[in-house]
Amino acid sequence: MPYALREALSAFRRSPLLAFLSIIAIGFSLFVIGLFGLTAWNIGRAIEKVEEKVEIVAYLDDATTPAQLELAQQEVRALPGVLELRYVTKLEALASAREEMQEFRDVFADLDNNPLPASFEIRMKPGSRTPDAVKRVAERVRAYPFVEDVRYGREWLDKIYQIRRLAGGAATMIGAAFALVAAIIIATAVRIAVFARREEISIMRLVGATDGFVQRPFLLEGVMTGLLGGALAALLTWGSYRVLSATMFRIEMIPGQWMIVVVVVGTVFGFLSSMVAVRRHLEAV
Amino acid sequence: MIKLTSVYKEYPRSGAALKDVSFHVQKGELVFLTGHSGAGKSTVMRLVQMAEQPSAGEVRVSGFSSRTIRRREIPFLRRKLGVVFQDFRLLRDRTAEQNVAFALEVTGVRRAEISQRVNRVLTQVGLSHKAQSFPDELSGGERQRVAIARALANEPLVLLADEPTGNLDEWAGRGVFDLFRDINALGMTVLMATHDLDLVRAHPEYRVIELAQGQVVYDSKAAAPAPHAAPVPVIPTTPAAPAAAAAGGADGQLAIGIFDPREG
Repeated sequence: MPYALREALSAFRRSPLLAFLSIIAIGFSLFVIGLFGLTAWNIGRAIEKVEEKVEIVAYLDDATTPAQLELAQQEVRALPGVLELRYVTKLEALASAREEMQEFRDVFADLDNNPLPASFEIRMKPGSRTPDAVKRVAERVRAYPFVEDVRYGREWLDKIYQIRRLAGGAATMIGAAFALVAAIIIATAVRIAVFARREEISIMRLVGATDGFVQRPFLLEGVMTGLLGGALAALLTWGSYRVLSATMFRIEMIPGQWMIVVVVVGTVFGFLSSMVAVRRHLEAV
Repeated sequence: MIKLTSVYKEYPRSGAALKDVSFHVQKGELVFLTGHSGAGKSTVMRLVQMAEQPSAGEVRVSGFSSRTIRRREIPFLRRKLGVVFQDFRLLRDRTAEQNVAFALEVTGVRRAEISQRVNRVLTQVGLSHKAQSFPDELSGGERQRVAIARALANEPLVLLADEPTGNLDEWAGRGVFDLFRDINALGMTVLMATHDLDLVRAHPEYRVIELAQGQVVYDSKAAAPAPHAAPVPVIPTTPAAPAAAAAGGADGQLAIGIFDPREG
């Protein structure tokens, strides 16, 4: 086993309490970020689900010819942001009206003529459900001469969009604050660990170890501490998800990539903190 | 081996620590560096290790010059120096053997060679039977021997000792110094900072350089002590001093740049 690795591992053996405390400190500070990620992710998903219901409905003139319909469908489907277009015939409209509005069943049953128009129901792609994008498509559809009216719940859409922006902004700020706190805690934990071994560093310098040689075991130790702390955070986050899901309400787990990012960030930060902390002691001798 | 030429050292807060210090320690010499606390002994030691740079002048140690040395070359200078301190600086969580081996591990010596060398130096300092003891289980004198063994492990050219007997009782101190004499007898250059004047007086055969307020006020190897040295040097007032001066002057080496009366 190379010296640096042996030395880094023996640091855990020589001062297990300090190593343990560093891992716990890093683990819990990243756990806070994990919990926050879990919350933010689920709020985001909830908003997305509401947004999936964003729909543009274009009511069509009864006199529209099949050729016009065909051409319009092709054109609208090709518009940017459009996910799908469904053509609802007059009959289908009546059927679903009977289905959905039971209290008016009698009214719809007695009709000689079907008063309900045919329509296009247009759904937007995720990411194009902003008020602007929806409005653009709606205006474009409205331009067809055989389109009598276009509805897309503008006010409701504006509100959803505002909530999303607010949630996004709050998440960024709170997340940044948490990340900063985690960074400070990790840096402090690593610095304490390095400080506890400043004597070793000064002796290494004294007997002629090169800077790289002095640093390596500490960097490795920082990486291992960060990695273990990150893994602990991932485990705690996953545990919280399971407990919450089982006891309170169904939530979704954050994607695996996010978890990996948290662990990697913990590791990289452990490495950087070690580097800064060791340099400080190296320069003293 | 060690050559200081018109060395000045100033610290931003405490002011001048060394003023125009020059001396030359030749290969194979054992030299006492004496003076009161704050006279500049430790500063000289730090400059020789190149832990600090002089404010002016030049420090040369076994081919390295303070003027040209780069940070990444310092470790290679340090491998030619063995350093011993008053407070031993042993790692308490390692045995005597591991403390010595540490110096070799971190300088990249092959593992197969390490145990051989550790055994050899621990035997040399008379502690092979305590190899498995932790520093807290050793007496002060024994700890200092472990520190000396560590300093010798890398087979240095120079042994620097900063008050090595300062924390030891007289008996242990004598033992440690005898070890230095043995080491010196094998050809190693030894520069030992000490304020143990009894020890210095007891060994007039070795060269003495005395510092006061950052200046060399006496060098037994020089033709004569500095004429205008304000504080009366401690050494010349003792009966052993003439002998020390004689011994220093009689070893046939030329004293170089010890003190320039035109300055300082």
